Amino acid sequence: MSTEVIEKVEVKKETEALFSKKRKSLVSNPMDSDNPITIQVLGICSALAVTIALQGTLIMAFAVMFVVMMANVVISALRNTIPNRIRIIVQLVVVATLVATVDQTLRAFAYEQSKALSVFVGLIITNCIVMGRLEAFAMGNKPWDSLLDGFGNSLGYAWIIIAIAFVRELLGAGKLFGFQVLDKAWYTANGFFATPAAACIILGVIIWILRARSGYVED
Amino acid sequence: MSKLNRNSNGYIFGYAILLTLVCGTLLAFVSEGLKEKQKAAMLVEKQKFILRAGLGSNSLNGMTDPKITELYDQVVKVETINSKGESVEADEAKLSIFKEYKKPAADRILPVYVVGKKDNPSEVESYVLPTYGNGLWDNIWAYVAIDGDAETIEGIVFDHKGETPGLGARITDAEVQERFKGKKLAFEASSINAPDFQKGEGNNFDEEPQKVDGMSGATITGTGVNAMLDAYMTLYQSYLVTKKK
Repeated sequence: MSTEVIEKVEVKKETEALFSKKRKSLVSNPMDSDNPITIQVLGICSALAVTIALQGTLIMAFAVMFVVMMANVVISALRNTIPNRIRIIVQLVVVATLVATVDQTLRAFAYEQSKALSVFVGLIITNCIVMGRLEAFAMGNKPWDSLLDGFGNSLGYAWIIIAIAFVRELLGAGKLFGFQVLDKAWYTANGFFATPAAACIILGVIIWILRARSGYVED
Repeated sequence: MSKLNRNSNGYIFGYAILLTLVCGTLLAFVSEGLKEKQKAAMLVEKQKFILRAGLGSNSLNGMTDPKITELYDQVVKVETINSKGESVEADEAKLSIFKEYKKPAADRILPVYVVGKKDNPSEVESYVLPTYGNGLWDNIWAYVAIDGDAETIEGIVFDHKGETPGLGARITDAEVQERFKGKKLAFEASSINAPDFQKGEGNNFDEEPQKVDGMSGATITGTGVNAMLDAYMTLYQSYLVTKKK
C-alpha cells in the first residue's frame, strides 16, 4: 500500500535533477550516518570472513556492489508486476541468479581468488544488505534511485570491509595486497589478526568510532 | 478484466514459472559460455601446483599463465602407472585423481609427473606424485615432489576444499609446506612411511627426517595429511623403487 503513495508523490516531481540533493544523499548517507554495517549491523558474517587479505576483500566488495546495484535495478523495474505474496522469493531468485553469474565469472577469470573466497561469494545471496535494500527501497522506488541507493549501500559496506582487511593483512601478515610492507626482521606477524575474532574486534572499534562521531544511539 | 488481478493464483503461478524460465535460461548461457575458460583456469592451476612442488615454491614468481603453461610443456613428462608401479596406457588429461580415489586402491591408475631441470629438461629434477585424502571437513590433496634419488621430499604443495581458515587451511601456506623439504620417505617391506606432522608447533625437527613440525589447532587436518601421504606413497612404492639408485 505504502509503495503506491510514494510513487504518486514522485510522479509530480518528474523534473527532478539526475543528481538532486535527495539523490546525492542516497549515496552519501549509507557511507556514514546510515551505514549498513556500522548502524544497521547487516552483512556482518561476510565482513568477518573475507577480510583476511585486501585482494580478496576488494573482489568481494566489487561482487557485492554488482549484486546489490543490479538486484535493486531489476526489482525496482519489476516492482509493479511482482505479486505481493511471493515477493521475497522473487527477490531471492533475482539475487541468486546474479550471484551465480558473479561466482561463475570469478571462477573463469580469477580462479585463485574465487577459491580463496570459496563459499562466501555464494553466500552473498544471504547477505542481509542485499535483501534489506530490495525490501526497504527497491520495492518502492524508481530504478535510477534504486541504482544510487544500491551503489551507496554497497560502497558503505565496501569501505568498512576494506578498512578491516587493511588492518588485518597489515598486522596479521605484515603485508598489503600480498606485498611485504613490514619487514620480517623486526615485525613478527600477529597470527591473531588472521582469525575472524580479530575482525570482530576491529569492526567493533570502527562501529565505536563512527557512532561516537555521529552520536548515534540505539533506541 | 480491465486490470490484471496480481493476487490471483493464476497470476502468481504464471509469474513464478516465467521468472524461473528467464533466470534458468540466463544461467545456462552463463555456465556454458564460461565453461572452457573455467576448465583452462583449473588446468593452469594444476600445472602451477606441479611446477611449484617440483621446482620450488618460488619458481613461478612473476610468471604469467601462458608462460607457466609453456614451462610446463617444456619440463614435465607424464607417466601413468598402476599400483604395482607398471606403466599403463591412460589419457592423463582425462585421468582424475579425485575419481580414482573412489576406486579400491589396487585398481587405481596413478599419474606421475616427471619434472626435468629448467635448463636441461631431459635430466630429472623430481618426480611429482599427486595424492588425495580426507582432512577435517572435506577432501585434501597434495602434489609431492620426490627428488631424483626417489627418497627425499623436494617440495610439497597442499590444497583443500574446506579446511578451517587460519587453522587447517594453513596447509596451503608456503611456510607450512616448506617444513616438508628435505624430509625422507622410509621404505619398509610392503609400505612407505612418509614423514608425519607432529603434535604441537614450533619444535625443531631439523635432525629428524621423519618428523615434521605440526600445526597447532589443526590436529585432525594434520592427521589426515599423514594418513594421505602414507597411503599414497605406498601406492607409488614399486614405482619409486625402480627409480632408486
